[in-house]
Amino acid sequence: MLSRVAENLYWMARYLERAEDTARLIRVTRHVMLDYPGTATLGWSTLIDIVGAEEDYAKYYDDRSVSSVLTFLCADRRYGGSILGALGAARESLRTTRDVMPREVWEEINRLFLECSEMLSGTIDLRRLDEFLRLAIRGSQTLAGMLDGSLSDTPVRTFCAVGGYLERTDMTSRILDVRSANLLPRSPDDLRPFENLQWMSVLKSLSAYQMYRQQVRLRVRGPDVVRFILLNPLFPRSILRCLMRLHSKIDTLPRHEVASAAVDRLKTLMLATDATQVAQSPEVLHRLIDDLQLGVNEIHDAIRDTWFAGVDSPVPIVAD
Amino acid sequence: MAYIEWDQYQSTGFYDELLAEPGVPRPSAQMLCQYLAGLEEREIRDLKTAAEVAIQVMGISFTVYSDGNMIDRAWPFDIVPRVIPLDEWERVEQGLKQRVKALNMFIDDLYNDQRIIKDGVFPAELLEQSVNFRQQCVGIHPPGGIWAHICGSDLVRDKDGTIYVLEDNLRIPSGVSYMLENRNVTKRVMPELFETGRILPVDDYPAQLYDMLSAMSPRKDHEPSIVVMTPGIYNSAYYEHAFLAQQMGVDLVEGSDLIVGTDDCVYMRTIDGLVRVDVIYRRVDDLFIDPEAFNPESALGVSGLMRAWRNGNVALCNAPGAGVADDKVVYAYVPDIIRYYLDAEPILANVPSYLCMKDDDREYVLANLDKLVVKPANESGGYGMLVGPHATPEQRAAFAERIKADPRNYMAQPTLALSVAPTLTENGVEARHVDLRPFILSSGVDTYVTTGGLTRVALVKGSLVVNSSQGGGSKDTWIVDTRGLGA
Repeated sequence: MLSRVAENLYWMARYLERAEDTARLIRVTRHVMLDYPGTATLGWSTLIDIVGAEEDYAKYYDDRSVSSVLTFLCADRRYGGSILGALGAARESLRTTRDVMPREVWEEINRLFLECSEMLSGTIDLRRLDEFLRLAIRGSQTLAGMLDGSLSDTPVRTFCAVGGYLERTDMTSRILDVRSANLLPRSPDDLRPFENLQWMSVLKSLSAYQMYRQQVRLRVRGPDVVRFILLNPLFPRSILRCLMRLHSKIDTLPRHEVASAAVDRLKTLMLATDATQVAQSPEVLHRLIDDLQLGVNEIHDAIRDTWFAGVDSPVPIVAD
Repeated sequence: MAYIEWDQYQSTGFYDELLAEPGVPRPSAQMLCQYLAGLEEREIRDLKTAAEVAIQVMGISFTVYSDGNMIDRAWPFDIVPRVIPLDEWERVEQGLKQRVKALNMFIDDLYNDQRIIKDGVFPAELLEQSVNFRQQCVGIHPPGGIWAHICGSDLVRDKDGTIYVLEDNLRIPSGVSYMLENRNVTKRVMPELFETGRILPVDDYPAQLYDMLSAMSPRKDHEPSIVVMTPGIYNSAYYEHAFLAQQMGVDLVEGSDLIVGTDDCVYMRTIDGLVRVDVIYRRVDDLFIDPEAFNPESALGVSGLMRAWRNGNVALCNAPGAGVADDKVVYAYVPDIIRYYLDAEPILANVPSYLCMKDDDREYVLANLDKLVVKPANESGGYGMLVGPHATPEQRAAFAERIKADPRNYMAQPTLALSVAPTLTENGVEARHVDLRPFILSSGVDTYVTTGGLTRVALVKGSLVVNSSQGGGSKDTWIVDTRGLGA
């Protein structure tokens, strides 16, 4: 398989996952806001930090009002991580490689992008926000289902999966980081009333609430939530589970040693984590998340260097 | 009630591809005409809709630029096929093989000994002025002396039924995928007509192409690694590039996927690492294939590709520089070229041509602009030409100035009364002008000609312009075996 094709598939999957995760994040934040209007400012502004877009945002907007933040995250195509930006990027990635994909996938991605753009002409109508988010999430999941149900186990499928799991690891860690850093008890008395609620919001933004309740069976508590998100081996959005999946996918590819080792290192780090300690100290959690992000970048670099770039190596390495 | 009544159909004054005279189908088209005459209007409309749906579902499209936007348009297709009897086709096939053989010898000669110039058959000044002669190719002798492995020649038929070669496309001729797809569509919507077994199949082209490309591989002891190289999705023929790659089961690459190593071999970047490439069917124009050798600005090409090719480490199809014979001025010399290299009379006729560089010819052209078609030597796609009889006096005057300013760049031909074929229009079946582009594959060992080719039709009444970018459509082309039909 051509490196260019592999790279396009990888980015298509990352962008699709990004669009879905961003939509989830906004949806759950909105639900929390509806219940507790007093916390509104804190919450919306935080989203920009969660997705790591402080710089991009500051370039285009002066304030962090609800409508600016939402416009930026949903509709601003200048920002590749916005829902529309990500869907557009996924579509462009697939455009040049659509021969390797079942036709319906191309049609669906096209349709989803056009429908979403139609719904958002320029700014956000808050009354239609839920409808828009539902459309984006359902569309992304439809595509994920199509890919799962129609792609043979070839490198085409593998690179889609690799992109998807890595982006999910990334987004999950971002959600956990900023939310948690805000939430963890610095002065327990102030934050106590919100704590429970916001931990629930972390779970809900990952569609983890029900799964958590079924497995943990206790009231929602910080350390348990952190442990669940980081280390649960069964929940599809937990970081450990994403890494395990990522690992097994990467292992099926040729010349996977460097990338495999990078995943291994991050997995080891996760497994060595003491969740209780992490949950009790915002500093420890934050450090862990920093390491996690570095690990994700390292994995990405290894993937790029192994399969996409090989760019201008002067002496050809010949595979037969 | 029948929708198509052949005795009502008008094509007087032109050679009709399906009818010998009003109401009387040619023997090769009898089955088809009978079938169509037996359908009611509703059934004909259903066939048309079915074809449109098939084209949409199969995703057959071509790309046009309009106002800076790229638009994927559904392929324009007419459901009424064009029919050619097998015995006539066999002669055309022989003629094409002869022609392409001579053209390849001509190109090889031009880049090497230039015997034809020394012998005074082809003027040296023409070569000096040719924009398609590539200095970078001088002294190269590709295997088998083949430069134009793939040729698409445009054929037209005049009033009296004579078939003429209108031009030879030796650079990167396109259209073959549409020939194949047209047949697929027809088979879907009119399967019963194929049951007689008299319509010859066309679908072995991708296999023939693959075999030819394999045979070109410089590494005889290896399974050849073949790629189709495209300028990318914004190219108008991208659909065809992807189609051919898919049909042959080879990779569709862009320039950035390839790299020339320090060993002067070409490699493609794959997830397995760099993989050697033996044969490149390139659909990128000469001037853009290698920024090192040609246009340094080109982002479509691969640095060092010419080096690799010169050293015999990769085969390029068509060879760079083959376009030197794909020139409307060189065209006028093709009959002489055939006589010179093959010592034989041309089987297929050339349209009489007037070269504006010759004083006599130019005077004649300028005096008779209203009767002639004038073409620039190096444009394709029907651009930049003057159809004298259809032009206004102002247009003719403006064109005369252009000819005087750059006579070498223009040649003229009499307007042929292009043949017509029945075509479905809003007002029922009407006569429309057609041409035919067969494709010829030359491996150096044997030569293959497509069974028929791509029939293009000018959908606008009276128009002679068949290019899809300018309102042309296409038809399925049937080579029909009439032997034993008492014809």
